[in-house]
Amino acid sequence: MNNMQRRKIINGTVLVLSTAAAMIGLVMLTWILGDVAIKGASAINWDFFTQLPSPPGDEGGGLANAIVGTLLMTVVATLISVPFGVMAGTYLSEFGRQTALGSTARFVADILVSAPSIVIGVFVYLLVVKTMGNFSGWAGAIALSIIMLPVITRTTEEMLRMVPKEMRESALALGAPYWKMLVQVIYRCAMTGMITGIMLAVARVAGETAPLLFTSLNSPYWMQSMNEPMANMTVALFNYAMSPYDDWHAKAWGMAFLITMSVLVVTIITRISLHKRS
Amino acid sequence: MNQATRKLSGDTIFRALTMTFAAGVVLLFVTLIVVLWKESQLSIDAFGFGFLFSSDWNPVTEKFGAWIPIFGTLVSTFLALLFAIPLSLGIALFLTELAPAWLRTPFGTAIELLAAIPSIVYGMWGLFVLAPLMADHVQPWLGEHLGFIPLFSGPSMGIGMLTASLVLALMIIPFIASVTRDVFLMVPQNLKEAAYGLGCTTWEVARDITIPYGKKGIVGAVFLGMGRALGETMAVTFVIGNAYHLSWSLFAPGNSIASTLANEFTEADGDLYLSSLIELGLVLFLITFTVLTLAQLWLRRGMQESDR
Repeated sequence: MNNMQRRKIINGTVLVLSTAAAMIGLVMLTWILGDVAIKGASAINWDFFTQLPSPPGDEGGGLANAIVGTLLMTVVATLISVPFGVMAGTYLSEFGRQTALGSTARFVADILVSAPSIVIGVFVYLLVVKTMGNFSGWAGAIALSIIMLPVITRTTEEMLRMVPKEMRESALALGAPYWKMLVQVIYRCAMTGMITGIMLAVARVAGETAPLLFTSLNSPYWMQSMNEPMANMTVALFNYAMSPYDDWHAKAWGMAFLITMSVLVVTIITRISLHKRS
Repeated sequence: MNQATRKLSGDTIFRALTMTFAAGVVLLFVTLIVVLWKESQLSIDAFGFGFLFSSDWNPVTEKFGAWIPIFGTLVSTFLALLFAIPLSLGIALFLTELAPAWLRTPFGTAIELLAAIPSIVYGMWGLFVLAPLMADHVQPWLGEHLGFIPLFSGPSMGIGMLTASLVLALMIIPFIASVTRDVFLMVPQNLKEAAYGLGCTTWEVARDITIPYGKKGIVGAVFLGMGRALGETMAVTFVIGNAYHLSWSLFAPGNSIASTLANEFTEADGDLYLSSLIELGLVLFLITFTVLTLAQLWLRRGMQESDR
């Protein structure tokens, strides 16, 4: 009986601790999100989306150029990494399951997925910024595309692998060459999954700061071209939060709110579409 | 050209094309290492192996050593895991064994969504909300009651190693917790039911069935979380304090490799200074590379064993 009581007490203690852990997690996370929502939403107004930043220390102004800059760089990064990643993923799933190149590329992609993004920033600085002679929107977009590439490669591979064998066999049995079977049948079957992978990669880079610090830098002006330093929300957030001005702190919260919301919305949409599929 | 060879050549071209891009991924990785290595050469020649263990960092006299940032990276990661692992396991256990069924999906999804929040948001929250709280309440209390331990001595500044580790922990908890939950869910139901049938308590089932069964996956998740924490920049840079001195106190400001790079890279004048920063980046890359490779090997071995 004594033993039984001891076991029950231990059990009870662990259950309480585990529930407490879950509650702590929940409280901290609601706290963070709540702060971002409350302090962020109050900083957002019409000017925020339409005006250029005001000079340091002056109130007012907005971050229109940073919003456009982030969108532009993300779109360019997507345009670079999607074809690259989809083709590489196709090789991994279709031709390179057992080959040395296949397993090396798979391993390398897995490492790159979790590689420190600041090191990617240093790499692109050396490769692009140093060669071109100045910080630029292109360099920022290239850095982001290097972060997206391994994510897209691996999800494409997984999604293609999930297409039922019968699909391949029936297309091949009808006399379609392998590449036509891939392009017209397998890609179509895997389309939703591949788009989900791309969206998740976009959501990931939309909040990336470290790789942009030494590539696109930041700028208080409208961009004339992608050959010059380009304003973007995350680096602006970093600079604003580190500044001594209250108005800039408020704007930093506003950007944190905007970035968090966009990332959450994209993540939720992809999640729902994945659920529908399975 | 007849039908058969045309088909063949279409396939050959497509295959060669995809192969080129796959090779491109590998090439990118090789270029990354080669470029970092080449650009670090200046610093490697100047300081040799001593770079890793020297705690000088003086741009004026051009003496650079990586020990303080390396130490800061390792300590902040270690502390973050110390906070994050028990909490994550608790959350996963709660989600799979304790929570009422209606709560499991929304709670689980919430945790997963939190893993998607950009790290800069955690960092900024740490600076504006957590750091003042630490300075005004938590650190004075710790100093008063545990101040005799050198770890909790010194002035309460809010920003510093302890706050950075806490923010880092908050950032990796959702990640480790959601992977661990998935691992727990993979434990066959009949194994657990058999144990319950023998009269085991919930904790005994977790201790003797769920955790041993999912051990491989949990360790893999911890390794991946560690990889993230080591290279995390924005969550740390805001709150670590950016100071170059070693201290026993966790309240003291410090530096990590990533935060050093974030703060100094664009301001580095002088080739040796820049080259030392690049070498620092190379060191960070090699540390995470090692951790992530171990994680991959470990997870792959786990998969092969469960295939058998």
